[in-house]
Amino acid sequence: MSTDAAAAGAGSGASAGLVIGLAMTATFLAVALVALAWTPYDPVAMNMADRLQGPSRAHWLGTDLYGRDVLSMIMAGSHNSVLVALVAVGIGIGIGVPLGSMAAATRGLADEAIMRFADFTFAFPFILSAVMITALLGPGSVNAIIAIGIFNIPVFARVTRGASLPVWRRDFILAARAAGKGRARIAVEHVLPNIAAVLIVQATIQFALAILGEAALSYLGLGAQPPAPSWGKMLNEAQTLVAVAPHLVVFPGLAIVLTVLGLNLLGDGLRDLLDPRLRTRVG
Amino acid sequence: MSVLIAKRLVAFVLTLLATSLVVFTVMRVLPGDPAAIILGTGAREDTLLALRQQMGLDRSFVAQYLAWTGGVLIGDFGTSYTYAVPVSQLVAERLSVSLPLAVFAILLSTAIAIPCGVVAASRRGRAGDLGISAAAQLGVAVPNFWLAMLLVLVFAVGMGIFPAGGFPGWEAGLRPSLKALVLPSVALALPQAAILTRVTRSAVLETLGEDHVRTARAKGLTRRAALWRHAVPNALIPVVTILGLQFSFLLAGTIVIENVFYLPGIGRLLFQAIAQRDLIVVQSLVVLIAAAVVVVNFLVDLAYLAIDPRLRTGSGDVD
Repeated sequence: MSTDAAAAGAGSGASAGLVIGLAMTATFLAVALVALAWTPYDPVAMNMADRLQGPSRAHWLGTDLYGRDVLSMIMAGSHNSVLVALVAVGIGIGIGVPLGSMAAATRGLADEAIMRFADFTFAFPFILSAVMITALLGPGSVNAIIAIGIFNIPVFARVTRGASLPVWRRDFILAARAAGKGRARIAVEHVLPNIAAVLIVQATIQFALAILGEAALSYLGLGAQPPAPSWGKMLNEAQTLVAVAPHLVVFPGLAIVLTVLGLNLLGDGLRDLLDPRLRTRVG
Repeated sequence: MSVLIAKRLVAFVLTLLATSLVVFTVMRVLPGDPAAIILGTGAREDTLLALRQQMGLDRSFVAQYLAWTGGVLIGDFGTSYTYAVPVSQLVAERLSVSLPLAVFAILLSTAIAIPCGVVAASRRGRAGDLGISAAAQLGVAVPNFWLAMLLVLVFAVGMGIFPAGGFPGWEAGLRPSLKALVLPSVALALPQAAILTRVTRSAVLETLGEDHVRTARAKGLTRRAALWRHAVPNALIPVVTILGLQFSFLLAGTIVIENVFYLPGIGRLLFQAIAQRDLIVVQSLVVLIAAAVVVVNFLVDLAYLAIDPRLRTGSGDVD
């Protein structure tokens, strides 16, 4: 989904998209950083006297069923999103990129085996992996990380293999081989630097997908557990309060949408900037 | 071509086998004794032993796996611990909700995405394209369960046109049942449509620049005729592939959306089974869902071979 979805977005206004995406992503990361040191209120402190208040000067985004400040919870919830997404994408890169590189470098049986492994992993949508892990270990943020991480491995393996194959046919690779360098060394020293741009773009897209995935898992109760604030869990708690406190549904959802939108715009913009082939063909 | 199909078929069977083995292994290493779950904590040891024997839990791992896969092949998934009915019966009942939901969502997302993608590509850079592209960009970022809650807020709580959740059952009549599936289908379809719109737009743009479309225009075809007769049919090849790949996201989405709307489908059954530690149901559903993804991917591969003549010569690589 991700590769084609993002590839499809190239078009006019791409550089504007890049700037807007960069600004939105920077804001998201800045909020996450600030929340490490400061939030307007304690995000887990309950205050039943102030429960279910709408947006006001004291509580900009209102309060929840237990009187907790929604803005503080959203700010603190960004940590969970960043952490899960970072580690899950890290797992995808850490395992998927070496696998994809190996497949492209060796071809033949190893290539076939790695690609079939990728097919096999694709058979498990991350929610299914999370379900199995929850059945095994109980719910928690680690589940979300493992489930989304597993989902990311074949994505990076495929992208790395696909991007590496043409590089392996280039003259400078032939020169490196003539100089006596081994396949592994060529892959690390010559092929990976040439596909770094593709991997950076893919990482941005997978980061956005991981934030959506973490929110879905937390919403279902398979991810972050109380009292840790999480955007998905906030939406889960708001579900029965849609009629009486719609702000509890609107604001955490907007936080997810704006973050993912920013990352997608950044990914699309980077793709257009770094992949001249796509720019001349589509943009 | 037959060699390619044979290779795909072997990979397909191996993937299915590996899937069943992984799921079976994970469920076997779970802590907890299924016999104790069924009989409760106060059960006598000899009763537990007898039930374990009856369930085949005293047999070796390999014997249990072979017995289970043998049963699955003839549609016997075992009996649910909590519902005390065959899992196949439970699945069939719940599919009567999940399947229409998935079909409506696919139809709706395709009906929205393909015209939008084609219009955006044909008006590239103009207001129509910018509007559709911006909406699609936003749609990709919207979590389906949040969209579902907003739809409930507006159309159920606010306007009272559709129910906020639940399913009356097909026996209650077609109209109320379909009405209960409208908001879930829309919530599921719109984010999928956003992705598909972007893919369609990109694919049509690419084919519009190809020689055969230029030749068609040079022969005197109008821009509109060249677009619909030559560019769109060719652009649909990658779109069909993405549609197939989206199937697994759709299944995942169905699991989430059923929980938002309290729909008694496969997704809700899965979560109830986890909560009740009904492992035989969890195991069966996970294998069934994974198998559905593998089957659809296999069919997409075959469709790809059928649609794209370059692959039939064996020179192409579907990877």
